[in-house]
Amino acid sequence: MNQAVTRKDGLPDPLNTPLDQLDVADPRRFEFDTWQPLFERLRNESPIHYQSEGPGGPAPHGDFWSVTRFEDIVEVEKNWEAFSSEPSIAILDPEPDMSVQMFIATDPPLHDDQRRAVQGAVAPRNLQEFEAVIRQRTQETLDGLPLGETFNWVDRVSIDLTTKMLATLFDFPQEQRHLLTYWSDTATSDARITAGRGLSIDERRAIMLEMLQAFTQLWHEHKANDQESFDLIRMLQRDPKTANMVEEPLSFLGNLMLLIVGGNDTTRNSMTGGILHLHENPSERAKLKENPGLIPSMVSEIIRYQTPLPHMRRTATRDVEINGTVIPKGGRVVLWYVSGNRDSDVIPNADKFVIDRPNVRNHLSFGMGIHRCMGNRLAEMQLRIVWEEILERFECVEVMGPPVRTCNSFVRGYHELPVRLHPKA
Amino acid sequence: MPVITFIEFDGTQHQVDSESGLSIMEMALKHDIPGIDADCGGSAVCGTCHCFVEASNNLPAVEPQEESMLGLRPDREANSRLSCQLQLSEHNGDMTIRLPEFQM
Repeated sequence: MNQAVTRKDGLPDPLNTPLDQLDVADPRRFEFDTWQPLFERLRNESPIHYQSEGPGGPAPHGDFWSVTRFEDIVEVEKNWEAFSSEPSIAILDPEPDMSVQMFIATDPPLHDDQRRAVQGAVAPRNLQEFEAVIRQRTQETLDGLPLGETFNWVDRVSIDLTTKMLATLFDFPQEQRHLLTYWSDTATSDARITAGRGLSIDERRAIMLEMLQAFTQLWHEHKANDQESFDLIRMLQRDPKTANMVEEPLSFLGNLMLLIVGGNDTTRNSMTGGILHLHENPSERAKLKENPGLIPSMVSEIIRYQTPLPHMRRTATRDVEINGTVIPKGGRVVLWYVSGNRDSDVIPNADKFVIDRPNVRNHLSFGMGIHRCMGNRLAEMQLRIVWEEILERFECVEVMGPPVRTCNSFVRGYHELPVRLHPKA
Repeated sequence: MPVITFIEFDGTQHQVDSESGLSIMEMALKHDIPGIDADCGGSAVCGTCHCFVEASNNLPAVEPQEESMLGLRPDREANSRLSCQLQLSEHNGDMTIRLPEFQM
C-alpha cells in the first residue's frame, strides 16, 4: 500500500530521498523550520555537494554547489581570489537589466575603497555616540507595549527598533521610516527564492527605483546641509572615492540595498529569535535571570543560533579544489552559514542553545574574511541594549503561540511571534 | 622567552612572560588583557585581534590573508598586525604591543 507521509513543509523526506532529488535551497524548509536534518546529512555525506537542478526539473536558482561544514566555509571565505563575490552574493544571478553594484558583491580593490568609506559610521567609536539614543528609543518602545494582552513582537519591537536605528544611520526622516522596512523587504523578496510568494522582477524593479529616487533626493538635501554628522550618506559624500556615487545610479542603488538590508533583516530577526530561543530553553532563561552579566555572551549565541542570513554565494574564478572536490570555473558556490553554525565538529553540541558557551563569538553569522559583516558591533550593541531593558522591566516575555516564519532562502526570520508581557512585581 | 608588554588604549600596561607555541593573541586571552576580541579564534578571518607592534625583531612576515584583513581596518598604521599571526620563539626580543581603541 502506498502510504505517502505528508510532511508539514510538503517536501520529500530529507533523510530517505536520494540527495540528487532534493533542492537544498528550497525556502519552505526555513518557513517550516525543517532544514536541520538535510544539512546534517550534507555535512556527513556530501559536504561539497553539487545540485544540478530541483526535483521536478530546473530550479529557479539554477545549478550550484553547497558548502555546509564550518571549516570548509572558512576556507572558501579566505580565498576571495578564487571564490569571487562577483556578480552576486545571493544564490540568484543579477537580473540582466538591473545589474546593481554593491560593495559586498565586489572584490578588492573596489570593495575595500567603498567599504572603508562607510564603515566609520558603524565603528565602535561612533557607536558610543549612538548608545544613549538607542537606549532611549528602546525604553520608549518597551514602555509603550501593552500589558496583559497578546501582541506581535515582530511589529511592535523588532521592526520598530531596527527601523528607527536605520533611519538614524542614514539621517533619514524618522516619520517616513516605515519606507525603509518596505524597501528592505522588497529587496529580499524575489519570487525565485520565496517559493513563488515574493514579487516579480518587474514589481521589485519599480519599487527599487522609488527607493533610488527618494535617496537621490536625500543625497542632495544632505549635500546642501553639510554638517558634522556621521551618517552613511554624508560619509560617502566626504570620501573622495565615493563622493560622486549618486551619479552612478546602479552603484548607489546597490550599496543602498546592501546597507538597508544589512542593517534591517539581520537585527530584526535576531531580536525576535532571541525571545523564541529563550522561551524554548527554560534552563537558559533561568541562567540569564540568575546572572544578567551573561547578556553579551547570550547576544552572540542568539546571532549564531538564529543565523538571520542562511547563506552567501561565491563564484569560482578558476577550477579550484575545496576539501578534495574540484569546483569548475564559473561554479556557483553557496556557503550555508546556517549549517556551519550547527557543525558539532567545531561548535560542541551545536544544535543546543547555550547562552554561556565557550568561544561563543566564533560563529559564521557575520561571515568571515574580507566581507565579514561591517555592522557586527552595532548589531551586538542593539541586541545587548534590548535585553538589558527587557530584564529591567519584565519577569518574562511569554510566547503565546508558534511563530510565522519567512519563506525565503536568503533571510531566515519571522513575520509574527505572538507574545504576552509579564511585568516585574 | 621574551617579555611582552601590552599597553591598552587608555595607557594601562600589562607585562607577560611569553610562552613558546602561543601567539600574541592567545597570550592576551590567557592573561585576560582587555582589547583583543579574537572572534574567529586565530584563523586571520575576522580582524578582531588587531594590534600595533611598537618594538620587536624577527617578526613573521605579513601573509596575504592577514594583509587582506588589515586592509579593512579604519585605524590601520604601518605597524598594524593581527596578533593571532604572531607566534614567538626564543629568537624574538622583548616586545611592546599597543592595543587599538576598538576592534571591529
